Amino acid sequence: MDVVLAIAVGGLYAAGLYMMMRRSIVKLIIGLGLLSHASNLLIFTMGRLIRGRPPLIAPGAEALAEPYADPLPQALILTAIVIGFGVQAFAVVLIKRVYEIVGTDDLDQMKRTDEL
Amino acid sequence: MRSLLLVLPLLIPLSTAVLGLLIRRKPHLQRVLATAGAGLLLTSGLGLLVSVQQGGIHTVQIGAWPAPFGITLAADLFSAIMVVLTGLIGLAVVLYSLGSIDPQRERFGYYPLVHILLLGVCGAFLTGDIFNLYVWFEVMLISSFVLMALGGERAQLEGAIKYVTLNLMSSALFLVAVGVLYGIAGTLNMADLSKTLRSTPHPDLAMAPAMLLLIAFGIKAAIFPLFFWLPASYHTPPVAVSALFAGLLTKVGVYAMIRVFTLLFNPQAHGIDLIILVASGLTMITGVLGAVAQNEFRRILSFHIISQIGYMIMGLGLFTPISLAGSIFYIAHHIIVKTNLFLISGLVFRLQGSYHLKDLGGLYRKHPGLAALFLTPALSLAGIPPLSGFWAKLILVKAGLEVQQYLIVAVSLIVSFLTLFSMLKIWNEAFWKSAPEEHLTSLPQGNRLALLLPVLGLATITVWISLVPETLFSLSEQAAQQLVDPTEYIRRTLGD
Repeated sequence: MDVVLAIAVGGLYAAGLYMMMRRSIVKLIIGLGLLSHASNLLIFTMGRLIRGRPPLIAPGAEALAEPYADPLPQALILTAIVIGFGVQAFAVVLIKRVYEIVGTDDLDQMKRTDEL
Repeated sequence: MRSLLLVLPLLIPLSTAVLGLLIRRKPHLQRVLATAGAGLLLTSGLGLLVSVQQGGIHTVQIGAWPAPFGITLAADLFSAIMVVLTGLIGLAVVLYSLGSIDPQRERFGYYPLVHILLLGVCGAFLTGDIFNLYVWFEVMLISSFVLMALGGERAQLEGAIKYVTLNLMSSALFLVAVGVLYGIAGTLNMADLSKTLRSTPHPDLAMAPAMLLLIAFGIKAAIFPLFFWLPASYHTPPVAVSALFAGLLTKVGVYAMIRVFTLLFNPQAHGIDLIILVASGLTMITGVLGAVAQNEFRRILSFHIISQIGYMIMGLGLFTPISLAGSIFYIAHHIIVKTNLFLISGLVFRLQGSYHLKDLGGLYRKHPGLAALFLTPALSLAGIPPLSGFWAKLILVKAGLEVQQYLIVAVSLIVSFLTLFSMLKIWNEAFWKSAPEEHLTSLPQGNRLALLLPVLGLATITVWISLVPETLFSLSEQAAQQLVDPTEYIRRTLGD
């Protein structure tokens, strides 16, 4: 399972970076989204995958029996998803405004601020 | 009392922002509230600094969850100094905004956004948990995104696209690094991480998150070759926003870098210090050469932020107590001077209606006071004795000579000459040469005080640091001592 997820993470990074290097701002935002999904999956995988062992203390037992699934990465991912959601929403509104004001979705046309 | 002092720099901007959003439709009340909030933040920062200096490192376990399970807030001297600077810049910028921000931006929540930004910056300085640091970075970023784009002018939006993209990229890398660190060490508390990473059976494995963090913070701090978003965006928003960003945001990246590479990783292992030193030299050179080619007031200043970041990183790369003290001194000096220069560029724009050097001129004859106000931070930036930048550079050069890193010392000296050249370029063009046309106006009467007071105040602080550098230097030295030997930090955080 780890290997499958590792490949998925790598694939998402590759796709995200490819999209970010395109000239359209819509694709840029999609790329950023893929990148943040890849990061979330990577944290999930780094927390070690253990199936069917929730971190619950069995009735009568004093402590958790190893191995058990670590709940913390999920809490981290949840936070990261919420943050990512807010940032994505902002980014979508931003590109809409940019398209309205600049009149193009081509990043190469947006270099007025870099001119001497 | 101690824990209250530690939480106040977060509570004050948070409540100011929330109240500000509630009274969004009452601009007058908002202005009063924003100023009071910034003033209180500065006061609480000063209180924290005094308390930390007398009582050592302060820590609070949020929700009384014992470390390393809960979130820890920790303030050593370095954090406390940074919080004071945040309060100072916050107050200066809010005052300046009173006289310069248009009613439309005010209606769309300009002041609450500034305070959310200050909240994020203070949080990043005070947290003792690396995931929490990520969250504070995001708080800071999202409010800076909105401030950057607020107003929706074409240049602003173009700048915002680049700013948003590269900063989100850096956040993603930061998040990955946090995940990998958790995978290796099984903890997120920085003091606990410091202990675990020192005794990890796989020290080489820790290099992956170390490099990821170097790049993530490198993008935020705008070091070579990751700085391109900065000169593309910092000159686009209103000048108060530019000044706030220029003063604080990149320095949060530098702070995080110094924190991580003193507490978590040992830069002298695996040659990280060499990477940082090379990056610092190249950052100084590219920044200053970039500035030479520019002819727009704020773009010149933006490129100088980059070259100055190189000096701050140089102290980290040399990694001796005195060089770290130099870095901290440099950060303090730079935040004050750079914010002031941006505010002055705004005054010049007010007077002549342009940021382009070719349209400016004759300011020395009409406004000699403003010219003197410009020269103080400008010469300080270049490092002319006896101004504050001279002392900052002197400490770093001395630290470099002590460990025989002659090359970086030579680079830093050459770069400071080039800085002088480009400050004199602004001086000659904007102040000395005769005005291209006689369209000099004077500052509007009504908000003159709001515009001039922060500039005067920051210039006074620069002069004070210049004349009495011992105060700040001994503070920086003690802060550096705490950074070099983190045992006290770890003991106070984990409580054993």
